[in-house]
Amino acid sequence: MAVASVPGAVRRFVDSDVFYSFRRSKVTMAAAAVTFVIVICSVLAPWIVPHNTYDVRSLNLLDAFTPPVWIEGGKPQYLLGTDDQGRDVFSTIMLGARVSLLVGFCATLFAMTIGVFLGLVSGYIGGTTDAVIMRVADVKLSFPAILIALLIDGVARGIIPRDMHDDLALYVVIFSIGISNWVAYARTVRGSTLVEKNKEYVQAARIIGLHPLTIMIRHVLPNVMGPVLVIGTLGLAGAILAEATLSFLGVGVPGTQPSLGTLIRVGNNFLFSGEWWMTIFPGVMLVILVLAVNLLGDWLRDALNPKLR
Amino acid sequence: MRRWVISTALALAFAAYGAADAKTFRFSTSGDINGLDPHLNNEGPTNAMKNNIYEALIFRDPDLKLRPSLATEWNQTSPTTWRFKLRQGVKFHDGTPFTADDVVFSVKRNNHDQSDLRTYSASVVEVKKIDALTVDLVTRVPDPILPQNIPAVFIMSQAWSEKNKTPTPVRGIVGNESYANLHANGTGPFKLLDRVADTRTVLVPNPDWWGKVEHNLTRVEFRPIVNAATRVAALLSGEIDMMFPVPLQDVPRLKRSAGIRVMEGPELRTIFLGMDQHRAELLDMPGSGKNPFKDKRVREAFYKAIDIQAIHKVVMRGASAPTGLMIAPGINGFAKDLNDRYPFDPDGAKKLLADAGYPGGFTVTLDCPNDRYVNDEAICQAVVPMLARVGVTVKLNAQTKSKHFDKIGQRQNWNTSFYMLGWTPGTYDAHNMLYNIITLKSGPGAGSNNSGQYTNPRVEELTRQIESESDQEKRNKMIWEAMKLHKEDFGHIPLHQQALAWGVRDSVAVLPQPPNDAVVVRFVKMK
Amino acid sequence: MIAFVIRRLLQSLIVMLTVGFVAFSMFNFLGDPINNMVGQDATEAEREHLRHVLGLDQPFYIQFLVYLGNALQGQFGMSYRLGMPVVRALAERLPATLELVFCAAGLALLVGVPLGVYTGLHRDRWLSKVFLTLSLIGISLPTFLIGILLILVFAVYLGWLPSFGRGDVVDLGWWTTGFLTVSGIKALILPAITLALFQLTLVMRLVRAEMMEVLRTDYIKFARARGLTNRAVHFGHALRNTLVPVITITGLQIGSLIAFAIVTETVFQWPGMGLLFLQAVQFVDVPVMSSYLVLIAFFFVAINLVVDLLYYFVDPRLRADRAVASGHG
Repeated sequence: MAVASVPGAVRRFVDSDVFYSFRRSKVTMAAAAVTFVIVICSVLAPWIVPHNTYDVRSLNLLDAFTPPVWIEGGKPQYLLGTDDQGRDVFSTIMLGARVSLLVGFCATLFAMTIGVFLGLVSGYIGGTTDAVIMRVADVKLSFPAILIALLIDGVARGIIPRDMHDDLALYVVIFSIGISNWVAYARTVRGSTLVEKNKEYVQAARIIGLHPLTIMIRHVLPNVMGPVLVIGTLGLAGAILAEATLSFLGVGVPGTQPSLGTLIRVGNNFLFSGEWWMTIFPGVMLVILVLAVNLLGDWLRDALNPKLR
Repeated sequence: MRRWVISTALALAFAAYGAADAKTFRFSTSGDINGLDPHLNNEGPTNAMKNNIYEALIFRDPDLKLRPSLATEWNQTSPTTWRFKLRQGVKFHDGTPFTADDVVFSVKRNNHDQSDLRTYSASVVEVKKIDALTVDLVTRVPDPILPQNIPAVFIMSQAWSEKNKTPTPVRGIVGNESYANLHANGTGPFKLLDRVADTRTVLVPNPDWWGKVEHNLTRVEFRPIVNAATRVAALLSGEIDMMFPVPLQDVPRLKRSAGIRVMEGPELRTIFLGMDQHRAELLDMPGSGKNPFKDKRVREAFYKAIDIQAIHKVVMRGASAPTGLMIAPGINGFAKDLNDRYPFDPDGAKKLLADAGYPGGFTVTLDCPNDRYVNDEAICQAVVPMLARVGVTVKLNAQTKSKHFDKIGQRQNWNTSFYMLGWTPGTYDAHNMLYNIITLKSGPGAGSNNSGQYTNPRVEELTRQIESESDQEKRNKMIWEAMKLHKEDFGHIPLHQQALAWGVRDSVAVLPQPPNDAVVVRFVKMK
Repeated sequence: MIAFVIRRLLQSLIVMLTVGFVAFSMFNFLGDPINNMVGQDATEAEREHLRHVLGLDQPFYIQFLVYLGNALQGQFGMSYRLGMPVVRALAERLPATLELVFCAAGLALLVGVPLGVYTGLHRDRWLSKVFLTLSLIGISLPTFLIGILLILVFAVYLGWLPSFGRGDVVDLGWWTTGFLTVSGIKALILPAITLALFQLTLVMRLVRAEMMEVLRTDYIKFARARGLTNRAVHFGHALRNTLVPVITITGLQIGSLIAFAIVTETVFQWPGMGLLFLQAVQFVDVPVMSSYLVLIAFFFVAINLVVDLLYYFVDPRLRADRAVASGHG
């Protein structure tokens, strides 16, 4: 997944190329449109959902297990049916996608921040610092993200008192997914930094006495952002999947504010008995979301990588 | 024990697969048994499994009648003494003969502080060996229903237990493998062949068993499958012969499936909610110095806020019997006139809360198991919005049964404010319910599962009298009074008796379904 | 050369020590180990005694050394939940996980490499596009959803394959295997496919990229110029060159497959280490959690070490700068 660095001088060209290749690829445009719609709906979800399923007082148990509206027994107010607690599936999916995206974005941002920072420091300063950071990265790489996330969740369960666990669970999940994904950024940024560091403009900056931090952030960083964006986009898809997996395993976000993964886990119990809408709709939503983001990431990578064109 | 000889294993593996399997009974439920120590883990499925391997002095039939087991006869020689004549020539699975000393040892072990099944022999203060085949159990007060308790007091070998350093029930101390919890050596019709926690427990018939063999099995495999959907799929695909509980939503589909039948029946377990009436301050309201549940009006409000009919109809899909009483029809002491519930009345509940000084409600955590009773977590989930509508914010803490029972139990000092529990009186008599759930001081080990520490002096007194009253009519009158007081106190919130639902493949010809949800392997016949 | 081997061994040792330290810290600081071992009603004297017996009154570094010593002897303590030594619990489940993982890895290679070659050679054929699209869907489908769907189709609707467990296993004394019984092999199919799918797409995309890279090199151009057939160029020269990184990365991925098995094992109730670990997480069964961590780390470090050493012998130029596949979510 290593992405070749993009020299700063040709960056502007690439930008226009990127736009060109975007317009050429219908699939990419569709993916972007889908992502955009989902993000907008998620952000606005609390105000636009037909039923606020977070308000437990509004739940009517007697409406539980209503099928989607086009199936016999469906009710017009529940477009995609209701779940076992009488929650409107359409609303839970919108609110669930919101949770999934929120966790995905925050975890990715978190991983990106740590990774980019460590990568810059490692590449720019070099020496022992570099060796230590890269060793830690190696150790970290020994463990798949999901394992680390599970471990952190387990540790959190041990530390956090049981009654506070639900309130903090969201942060624990964000932290655990974020912390297990920073290495890819660090390695890429370090590689690019090593290249940039020896360019004239950086040396010039150093000679005029700019602070290393300033150089790193103002001069090196912009030139390594391309690959970081690619990793970030693909990482977002990965983080959404990781959250869904954790929630499916029952160690993710709490059931009162379900994410797509939680919805699938709950619905799974009713899959064989014919109440398929509780699993299938959230599942389809999850796959569409992740696929769209992956497509964007794939396209971005190819567009930014001149070798593959 | 675990290691087969390789050649045998290979021979088995390559032998005609179907033929070798023919008389294997494979069954499954939602969770693993909690361990094999006969005196630890007083929990339905765990006790049921131990009952295949271990025996007590008396055996309880699937139709709940008592029949001789390790004791051939028993009678009261004085109001406080029960005499048991032991069966001759019985051997433990390891070959050591069964003697009166084993009975003395086992009853004492069952009465140890660490024992979870102490309640069944709690009235016994002395175990006397009269001769090699006679044992006297001396009770503190006259105990006319002791034989009803005895089927749960398993007999283990003293020699085996001491040799393996488990003379007392202990769990999980470092350096102690808790041998008795991982291995088994009983006198029962089945021997333990192999056990891998969470995966399988394999039994084979005990060829030296003293009794008349009524099954035709060569092997029994118990495999827990946590996920309900997977469990259903396993039954449908024929990987297992029987499983329970059938998720209620899958009952119609299994009934329609060829080769599968669903055995349904009433269960004697009452599911209820309990409230902490002991602590001065509610766990969820630190610093407030208040415990709303001490006020009867609050307990009444909780009771009246719960729409049991909606739970019955939607969550239980009709497979439950809503109840106003803590004991089921079929338990001695059941009184029809007490079984009507107080009406569902959310407005009344709101008013009661306001009267009690909580017009805005309060926040409380509901502890709930998620793999023990039929739809346990779903019931709790359904309760949350019902209480929310009268202003109470309920935080749900649903977890696996062993953690749940540890939390709400003695081990963590009743670490709960509001909890779900289900209870079947092991003696099929109301006294067991009063003794374990509704009182605290009616005898040693009383209130073993009274997690909310409900107590009423009159009920305590009645329970003590009930224990030793031998006039049936008088006794039932006292039970009636105690139950009525408890109901008027809103000591607990009884919900319902769940229905049993077992999914069984037609490969199983005979399978008794006792109302305590136990699989009694010794009566199973395969086709 | 010896210097390289020693340096590499030292690195591995440091990694293991670090992981050991993390595991030790978890074990010691996650809740009070004493409280987790004795009942609520244990007296203070009993607690003190146990504290002493366990060496918890010793200085920190001594405790760590004791932990390491115990770990080297295979003693990782008792599982809180199962009441049995962790090592035995893990050993009972190790065969199940390893058999699943090796089948999945084999499947990923057997299917992934040909697909990768095909899509690499024929970039613009419609079939390539189909494969690529499918692979993208493959990585967008969460493992658990694939498992659920496979169960729904093959176990429930068609009834061809079992939906849970390992089937009948044969106990060889030191190993239990599902390969020797029909039901064991049938039980393996769905979980192996589920676990393999992600790796399969990874291998396919990797082979494709490598093929495209290699085909651009001068060395291939020369081969073509020499008039070799396409077949000889593609399979004799190009593929052979791509296989080294592919096999390396597959080897390295075995570690992550073992960990990824957690999800698959949960869906299929496969009685392996992953299921044990997940239950340990839900139960906060710290000894199991920390030991599993150490075990996985050991696997990974060992595989890494072997791959590195092999690399060194095959191609000394590559030794230090070997690219490691970046992990996946």
